[in-house]
Amino acid sequence: MKLPSSIDAVRCRDLQKHFGTGEAQVHVLRGVNFSARAGELTFLVGPSGCGKTTLISVIAGLLDPAAGEVELFGEQTARLSPAERVLFRRRNLGFVFQQYNLLPALTASENAAVPLLAAGVKHAEAVDRARALLVKLGLERRLNAMPRELSGGQQQRVALARALVHEPRLIVCDEPTAALDHATGESVMELLSGSAVHPERAVIVVTHDNRVFRHADSIAHMDDGRITHIEQRTPALREN
Amino acid sequence: MNFVALRMLTGDRAKYLGLIFAIAFSTFLLENQTSIFAGIMRRTGSQIEDVTDADVWVMDPATKYFEETKALKDTDLLRVRGVPGVEYAVRLFKAQPVARTSKGNFSAAVMLGVDDATLIGAPRKILLGSWERLREPDSVVLDQAGYNLLFPGEPLEIGRTLEMNDHLVRIVGISDASAPFASFPILHARYSEGLTFLGRERSQMSFVLARPKPGITPKELTRRIHDATGLKARTRNEFRWDCIHYYMENTGIPVNFGITISIALLIGLVVSGQTFYLFTVENLKQFGALKAIGVTNAGLIGMILLQALTVGFIGYSLGTGMAATFFEIFSHKMATRGIILMWETVVGVALLMLFVVIAASLLSIRRVLVLEPAAVFRG
Repeated sequence: MKLPSSIDAVRCRDLQKHFGTGEAQVHVLRGVNFSARAGELTFLVGPSGCGKTTLISVIAGLLDPAAGEVELFGEQTARLSPAERVLFRRRNLGFVFQQYNLLPALTASENAAVPLLAAGVKHAEAVDRARALLVKLGLERRLNAMPRELSGGQQQRVALARALVHEPRLIVCDEPTAALDHATGESVMELLSGSAVHPERAVIVVTHDNRVFRHADSIAHMDDGRITHIEQRTPALREN
Repeated sequence: MNFVALRMLTGDRAKYLGLIFAIAFSTFLLENQTSIFAGIMRRTGSQIEDVTDADVWVMDPATKYFEETKALKDTDLLRVRGVPGVEYAVRLFKAQPVARTSKGNFSAAVMLGVDDATLIGAPRKILLGSWERLREPDSVVLDQAGYNLLFPGEPLEIGRTLEMNDHLVRIVGISDASAPFASFPILHARYSEGLTFLGRERSQMSFVLARPKPGITPKELTRRIHDATGLKARTRNEFRWDCIHYYMENTGIPVNFGITISIALLIGLVVSGQTFYLFTVENLKQFGALKAIGVTNAGLIGMILLQALTVGFIGYSLGTGMAATFFEIFSHKMATRGIILMWETVVGVALLMLFVVIAASLLSIRRVLVLEPAAVFRG
């Protein structure tokens, strides 16, 4: 289903999530209402332990909410069977992790091709598509490098290519610049806003790093398991 | 995802090689020890197997295995011949004289006295000379291994002499008799002469060898002989197994081999299981990432099984190759001749190794299945 630009690709209503039982129970999400639009870069910010990572895990279908609902591109993910949810994730979601999580035994091209391989695309075709994307991301000289031979910024670019290669409709990034120095983090964010943002794709970025806030189209502030307020960023605001 | 699974496996060289060598050495030990054990057990019935002219062995009911016999009476031969269904029955004498060479070498030997008229009881494999020459006075046929033991370093030739119980006997043939349980030389002589080579003892008929008439099975004949004479009668195959069972029950051989085989199995299971499990645990973040990306549980199980079966196959092939090389070398040695890598062992160990790698991968599979993909977000 194609969504017109700038309408809600992700909608969360009254999401609740807790871990543990009895007195040890911790409420991590306390009725979260959140949305992210296609064609925008939505930042999710807040102090450590406020529930950001849990929220994106629930949005991505990696965790089940205790209550509330998640709607991705008009599909209520809770209504999908576990197997359907895995397939939905494979087709529609891309991930960028804080620690990159590249497979150490695969080259940069092969790592970027993993989502295609998981979808059953033939090896040669998958690697070719991944190579083309890595070239766009400026890694034309590191296509056959192993992760250990790449700098942090290069590894994060490979991870970005892996998130984009199957053209998902939602990209979820967890602290993509946390392990990088400022300049490298900035270049990764430039690439993210330049390559990932697409009229039919939403991008959610969880971050602590206020140096990169200028890239956001909207910023959802979170605290103690709730969204406290949402900033819509105009181009002028972004420039400032 | 097979490609990814194999690259993950081979990417960690140390663990990959560790797994392969654990399985290879376990396979080698298992195939080696079980084949040697089976070979040694088979040797307990070698001389029974060598007699191809008779299907039924008749003996005193107290006789339990080939090496230790209670003598039959001469009249027992006639009683067996009188049983309906017996095509022919001949006597066989077995004893353990000491054979000496003119140079002073000596060894206890297995002496088999075969039927004077028909030479039934002799194996049909001869390397030098002929069985017919046993009809000459004071003649024996010696097996090749015995010859090498008594005449070390000397070329095979007939006409040499041995001294047994003050009798000088001439070697008229070199046989290729199967290796006995104890590595004694095997001597064949005519029954009447064999008795004189032994000395004190006389008229020691150890066995009667019989063949059923056409249309009667050896098994049926054993029943008839037993019913008619009260003697113990066994088919050739039954008697071979009697010998094997005797050694299994009355010697420490099975326990010794059993310990080695158990340790080999344990090493295979524990070392490969633990290494494979650690390999999976160290890759949990990668598996978590794959899960998050959308690889199904079935896909992950397939990846782990492929990894396990790959190391299992390579390790097993290497181990079997090592075992085959071992037996290729040692089957040409006189002392270990006839001990071969048995196909039953190769198949059995293959199944065992399959069990080991599946068992090793089950723990890993469980760990990956319970892994929450959301864990990849936790730094």
